[in-house]
Amino acid sequence: MTDTSKIVIIGGGHNGLVCAAYLAKAGKQVTVVEASSQVGGASITREFAPGFSVSAGAHLLTHLDKRIRRELSLRSNGLSIAKKHLSTIALARNGKHITIKGARVNGEGVTAEDQAAMKEYHRFMNKFAGVIGGLHNQIPPRIRTDNRDDVIGLGKLAWKVRSMGKKDMREFLRITGINIYDILKENFENPMIRGALSLDGVLGAFLGPRSNNSMFCALHRWSGPDGISIAKGGMGSVTNAIAEAARKHGAVIRTNCTVDRILLEDGQVQGVELEDGEQLLAATVVSNADPKTTFFDLLGARNLEAGFVRKISNVRALGNASKLHLALSGKPDFTGLNRHQTGERLVIAPDIEYVERAFNHAKYGEYSTHPVAEINIPSLHDDSLAPKGQHVLSAVVQYTPYELKAGWPGAKQAFTDKVIDLIAEYAPGIREQIIHTELLTPVDIEREFRIQGGHWHHAELALDQFLMMRPVPGTAQYQTPVDGLYLCGAGCHPGGGVMGSAGRNAARVVLANAKKEDPKKEDPKKEDPKKEDQ
Amino acid sequence: MRTSELTAKDHYKTNIFPSPFHSRTEPLNKLKVWTRWGDYLSAPEYFSTSLEYFACRNTCGVFDLTAMVKHRITGTDALAYMNRLVTRDVAKIRPGRVGYTVWCTDEGQVIDDGTIFHMREGEYMLCSQEHQLDWLLTNAFGFDVNIIENTHDLVAVALQGPTSCATLKRMGLAGIENMKPFGLDFFSFEGGELMVSRTGFTGDLGYELWIEPDLAEALWDRLFEAGKLHGIKPIGENALGLLRIEAGFIQAGVDFMPAHETVRATHTRSPFELGLGWLVHFSKPVFNGRKALLREKQCGSRYHQVKLDIEGNKPANDSFVFIGKKVIGAVTSAMWSPSAKASIALASVEAPYGKPGDEFSVEIYYQRELKWSRVMAKAKVIEGVFFDPPRKRQTPAPDW
Repeated sequence: MTDTSKIVIIGGGHNGLVCAAYLAKAGKQVTVVEASSQVGGASITREFAPGFSVSAGAHLLTHLDKRIRRELSLRSNGLSIAKKHLSTIALARNGKHITIKGARVNGEGVTAEDQAAMKEYHRFMNKFAGVIGGLHNQIPPRIRTDNRDDVIGLGKLAWKVRSMGKKDMREFLRITGINIYDILKENFENPMIRGALSLDGVLGAFLGPRSNNSMFCALHRWSGPDGISIAKGGMGSVTNAIAEAARKHGAVIRTNCTVDRILLEDGQVQGVELEDGEQLLAATVVSNADPKTTFFDLLGARNLEAGFVRKISNVRALGNASKLHLALSGKPDFTGLNRHQTGERLVIAPDIEYVERAFNHAKYGEYSTHPVAEINIPSLHDDSLAPKGQHVLSAVVQYTPYELKAGWPGAKQAFTDKVIDLIAEYAPGIREQIIHTELLTPVDIEREFRIQGGHWHHAELALDQFLMMRPVPGTAQYQTPVDGLYLCGAGCHPGGGVMGSAGRNAARVVLANAKKEDPKKEDPKKEDPKKEDQ
Repeated sequence: MRTSELTAKDHYKTNIFPSPFHSRTEPLNKLKVWTRWGDYLSAPEYFSTSLEYFACRNTCGVFDLTAMVKHRITGTDALAYMNRLVTRDVAKIRPGRVGYTVWCTDEGQVIDDGTIFHMREGEYMLCSQEHQLDWLLTNAFGFDVNIIENTHDLVAVALQGPTSCATLKRMGLAGIENMKPFGLDFFSFEGGELMVSRTGFTGDLGYELWIEPDLAEALWDRLFEAGKLHGIKPIGENALGLLRIEAGFIQAGVDFMPAHETVRATHTRSPFELGLGWLVHFSKPVFNGRKALLREKQCGSRYHQVKLDIEGNKPANDSFVFIGKKVIGAVTSAMWSPSAKASIALASVEAPYGKPGDEFSVEIYYQRELKWSRVMAKAKVIEGVFFDPPRKRQTPAPDW
């Protein structure tokens, strides 16, 4: 008989750790098993050259849930922010860049009309993103059930949209499913503003600005609680703080432990078996791994019904973004930027057609010959990352499809050169400053972070892969078809971004089910988790 | 064009073609009417549906089964694969045995029914009414199996009726009388291999014979030569349609909608709703539809498939089924049964109706010299099948 009080969490990414912390807080015996030598998943800080460290996966903090910060006391557990409210600077080769900060946009050639449009864009984006963000802490309601909580959940969702006011509701319904290209063209004249803002809709996705769903991606990106920040000590400090909270609540976190398979008996989870043969028995297993890894590699497709297997196979989850890390001997000089500005979020997306053309290559299994990039130099805000006077540059570059026709092993160096050439167009002296270069293609991301397909969100963020459809209908409430197996990763609602909500939502479902099974242990203080937060 | 000569590039030619028996069935088809069954031309009737029916019940009839969709499943995971695919426990179908089964969607709704032939250890043939290759390949993800559809590479005839065993014996199939129902065996035939199974769609003593297309004509000739004194006759689809109703067998697309061809969720049926609960083996930890079927077993089904004994002699085709003035279902197949001497029907009724002994009325429309009339006839739910001769089960099979 498997111990029903024990819970194993596969993977110590931010969601796995958040889930562990909440489950441990509720008195469960939680063990997190992490294959890597450090916790954090794709939210880590690691050395990539002697003396130089970088946030190897996610590099900007945009989505971390406020409630999780508070409930897990992340600040007292070591989280500190090095720089808040980063501006976005659209780089220009001639140094005549444009700065977007909140609702304001400034720079040479920015007209009063564009400034007014930015104000309006900022208003409706925040309002619409707020609707989407409001769903992050909800367990997605199921469609076509008689369950009261589901019906109420759907009703509230409808009300949230309806109560936006007639004009905004119409606009929300009009734009959510369409492409960001049309919206930016409707609102802005300046090509650099269009280019820079279009990145919100396509970063990390298999989308160009003209692809449907790019507006939804932008709204998802805007749905974070308070702009863009840089964590002190890199993104690893975020997950270390969560891990610390989990440990304080009694969770056991084991690193260098790779799960080989999920143990099953008569369709019921029995625990996990590690690669070294050790078995950790538990009646509940929560997987922070992506859906394909969880179901196909760890559980085995043959243990699932075929329709479900087909649905999981069809989840779009191929990465398109790469990470570039440069160790620099000094502060890079971007034409026209002062030191203060160099520390902001820098984007290379000179106009929206450029971004669309960059995407064209990806459709045919090629990398962009003129890539787009989101760059930051965290060492300008945090001297713990590089030796004094030296710096690290971290950039998301795309498009770099996972399924590259030519194959990544041969193409990686050529693409790296292309990206450095690109950056050098904006920071001419940078090539001489480079001490070390690291490029993580989606194939490297797959290997390092164990995400099948190398997609940093575990699965494309899109309307058809959101809420009760993420990862697939029927398992979007963190519960899988296999009794005792749960998902808590970015492949579930509400998706990627270092947010933690998927982990928190999953923990609530696990606890609610435990209570159903064992009503004696009911804690009168705790409410039904489905009613909370809605 | 011979079907065996088709290549993958000829798919556009494969719309409909004559079966490899066509040179033999064509002269026998006195009525010169052809219809389509699957990928093949098929005779609805050769000379008289009634006489063909009676041949099958009193002597023996031959039905061209070539259009039956056939798949070959092999590989180290063949058994595991089959067990995940279908509802019944395939481990219990030993080599040399055949099993009837259904397969379902994840929602527990029947996609199709068919027969599993465990030809040799780990080598299965799955026969179905509908093309299933796409679904079979979908199911193959995660299994080490090799799946091919070999509909055109293996032809078949059914030889059904009381003199079927005697005919095969005379044809030279030594020991055929000792084959048990749902058994299968191989015989050498004119330099090829003939597979014979004691199976059929008539509820009578009968066999199905499977062979490569090149030997089709020889097989037909040898059968008719051997069966001459045993009253052998070709039978068409219409006669088979009557025989199977008497046997109580349901037919995809007639008595239930195959789930993959159904748009409206309430128009599909689960195995329980088709009276096939005995094919669902929950002892297996996983199979398609298991979760949904377990839930259905606990919470109850929406429909019951029933066999009706109807008063009078008018076939109740397409009739609504009533309790008082309330419609509770509809007849899916109906006939006047010469063997049971009764008007019989298969019907789908809403749960909880449909227990043996339940009495309903069916609304029958009928025509006499272009004049339509309507009668409300009493109908009773019966247990068992309408026609169930002992010879169906006897081993050794009776020699007439």
